Amino acid sequence: MSEQTAGRIDLTRRRPWSERIIESLLFVAAALGVVTTIGIVVILAVQTLAFFQQVDPIAFLTGTVWSASIQPYQFGVLALVSGTLLVAAIAMLIGVPLGLLSAILLAEYASDRVRNTIKPVLETIAGIPTIVLGFFAINFLTPDVLKPIFGSAIGPFSALAGGIVVGILITPLIASISEDAMRAVPRGLREGAFAMGATRLEVIREVVLPAAISGIMASIILALSRAIGETMAVVLAVGTFPQFSFNPLESVQTMTAFIVQIVQGETSQGSIQFLSLFAVAMVLFVMTFALNLLSAWFVRRYRMTY
Amino acid sequence: MPADLADVPVRDPSPNGTAPSIKITSMDDRRPVADAAPPPTVVEMRGVSLYYGPFRAVRDVDLTIARQRITSLIGPSGCGKTTLLRTMNRMNDLVPSFRMDGTVTLDGRDLFARDVDPVAVRRRVGMVFQKPNPFPKSIWENVAFGPKINGYKGNLDELVERSLRRAALWDDVKDKLKQSGMALSGGQQQRLCIARTIAVEPEVILMDEPCSALDPRSTLQIEELMAELKQEFTIVIVTHNMQQAARASDTTVFMTMGDDRAGYIVEEGDTVGIFTNPQHQLTEDYVSGRFG
Amino acid sequence: MAGATAAPSAPAAPRFEPDRMRRKLAGTLFYGACLAAIAILILALIALLLNVLVSGVPWLSMDFLTGVSSRRPENAGIWPALIGSIQLAIIVAAITFPLGIGAAVYLAEYAPDNRITRLMQTNIGNLAGVPSIIYGIFGLAIFVRLLGLGPVLFSGAATLSLVILPLVIIASIEALKAVPQAQREGAYALGASRWQMVKGSVLPAAAPGIMTGIILAMARAIGEAAPLVVVGAATLVLTTPQPFEGGFTVLPIQIFNWAQRPQEAFQGLAAATIIVVLILIFLLNLLALVVRARLSRHIQW
Repeated sequence: MSEQTAGRIDLTRRRPWSERIIESLLFVAAALGVVTTIGIVVILAVQTLAFFQQVDPIAFLTGTVWSASIQPYQFGVLALVSGTLLVAAIAMLIGVPLGLLSAILLAEYASDRVRNTIKPVLETIAGIPTIVLGFFAINFLTPDVLKPIFGSAIGPFSALAGGIVVGILITPLIASISEDAMRAVPRGLREGAFAMGATRLEVIREVVLPAAISGIMASIILALSRAIGETMAVVLAVGTFPQFSFNPLESVQTMTAFIVQIVQGETSQGSIQFLSLFAVAMVLFVMTFALNLLSAWFVRRYRMTY
Repeated sequence: MPADLADVPVRDPSPNGTAPSIKITSMDDRRPVADAAPPPTVVEMRGVSLYYGPFRAVRDVDLTIARQRITSLIGPSGCGKTTLLRTMNRMNDLVPSFRMDGTVTLDGRDLFARDVDPVAVRRRVGMVFQKPNPFPKSIWENVAFGPKINGYKGNLDELVERSLRRAALWDDVKDKLKQSGMALSGGQQQRLCIARTIAVEPEVILMDEPCSALDPRSTLQIEELMAELKQEFTIVIVTHNMQQAARASDTTVFMTMGDDRAGYIVEEGDTVGIFTNPQHQLTEDYVSGRFG
Repeated sequence: MAGATAAPSAPAAPRFEPDRMRRKLAGTLFYGACLAAIAILILALIALLLNVLVSGVPWLSMDFLTGVSSRRPENAGIWPALIGSIQLAIIVAAITFPLGIGAAVYLAEYAPDNRITRLMQTNIGNLAGVPSIIYGIFGLAIFVRLLGLGPVLFSGAATLSLVILPLVIIASIEALKAVPQAQREGAYALGASRWQMVKGSVLPAAAPGIMTGIILAMARAIGEAAPLVVVGAATLVLTTPQPFEGGFTVLPIQIFNWAQRPQEAFQGLAAATIIVVLILIFLLNLLALVVRARLSRHIQW
């Protein structure tokens, strides 16, 4: 056979280097995420440790009096944590029922037409900047709704006002994730129960909710994390009066509001107040991070396989 | 060896063998090159076994694919026909656990040699899939995609028209080249996929049950198309449809699954012979519909 | 006869008491509760919008849009804040677009399926849940202090980019994963390299989802205030902000400043600014719809 055709087809490698460059660039972009997480942890940790040089960590973590700007300085973070949790609890009391009921309506009852009117409402609420919700709280909610109800028991700032608007804020989050979880439950499961003569409520209660529970729990935990980390709405509505109190009608201060207060003030860089900012931020970060991990774990662990 | 092999038109070889750009000559330029008759076989497999991790999917295949003929792979489902087919254009490389023993050559060149780029292989060995998968782009863009990424330097409009003509689709779509490729009917989509495959001028076209998702009329159209295409391309087709294999192919390879769950070739040969006078009992059982 | 114990009677026929009426009533009440929940939400939304409109519309005017902040409410305007927000949006888009899509493409198309990749993806999910004020602190430490850029617009934009980057990446990964595998195989079968396949086949197919994700993230960024407060957005900015020098402010910060003052005039100014922000967000959402429709005109799966 004359001239074998081995040269006719060229199958050799060509231009692998440009592929490598592209892949490296893309990897750098993805690695940025890891860098950011490490960066956040490092920055918070370094300053928190500096803070603990001057303030006893135990006193910080267990104290219930917070007085950062007024002598004698006291740094009991529980005062701020209680403020955060009080607001978050009120928010959950509002957001979880509203969110779940909306989700059930969307997933189990609503026709497509109804869905197409309700979903935009939820998405609109989700898209409202939190500062606007804070404005709503101090401009309308407190003077025109809460004051008439509670009279002199409630002041211009209160955990209740903040909790209500944060509750509205987190409702779309709970609703959308829970709805997805419920819609993922296969039709067959529902139909089996219907075929036995169950009412729709019973199908929801006995079949759909248990099957979707992991997604629902995940959404609730995520919403709690969001409520804890919320800043602008609470800064406006809740006030800056750190106290260890569980009275929703009183003004308290959340961790986030404290951070804003320090940053806006005239504190110098090395001062103890400035360092306390990082310590509080560290507590906030740890709490929300733990909740997010818990939420993800919930999804993995309890996902019902169909 | 067919007596008319010397008259079979050959493609002009690339000038220096290193430029992967497509050298397009018109049909008229083809001249039989008498002193370098191409070998009668295009793809040769020797001792090929295919593994997914520890599991052997195909065992000990010796197979030659004849040039410019239609070879069909038939056999019951799960016996490794598609795995074998996808080895020929190194699509199995996309599965991380895939491993191969043996050699596969294309025109004498070892396909799995260390210096061989799978990307280059796939331009030379094209593939049409079971379910038509046109890109969500215009018809023109679908056909032009392959040439563009392979550095085609000529007139793309001409190339698109020529490819669509050869795929018997031009008349249907010539007024709507800008419309979405996905808006066509199933049979038209598959012909579009064939058009874009031949636009890069491969040596071999692999077809993985190309008509199984189509209606009977489209199926016949594609079979007619295949008969035309084999004048230029070598075609290997996996099919479940025995009548199709009997109608359309020149050579038939019958595979089945052994007790070790690995596929192997039972018999191969001239299609007429396989169907009318099979040598093995298993073959006879399969083609007369007793199993599979 | 005596001695023979009576044969046990046939087991009593099972008695069902379906009590359908009570159960149906419970169902109806529940349905009512669901409707009530939606009604409450709709009411709250309407109350909010009305509140904002009633307080803010009287203060809207061309002078308001083009004027500068001032101690006297009648003369106050939002021009520096408006320009600041627009500049911020542009810089944030410029940063998140390549980084977000690049990271998503890597994780969805290139990364091997191993622990490191899964870790990276979980990490991004966690970053999405970090409160935005923490990003503000991070931005303060890195951009303002460490890199020495100071409290300028670019520092704010970089910080905000970090806030929305996880959202963009997650949305983009979803969009990429939704592209059917057959599309990738079709491109490979034509002799495409991995990047050619991604660029020519997968990215165009995922474009509607990716672009929607980016635009919606931008809408979120426009409304953010907390990280910028920490980074040091100024309270009184009289000149048009520059990216790398001088103070800057954005619309949400302006809202924050005014809303904190109890006088009705300032409340009104805040409301008017809110209207502007809501309009911008609305326009962005509209843009997302248009872009999505345009990019998916060929897609039918």
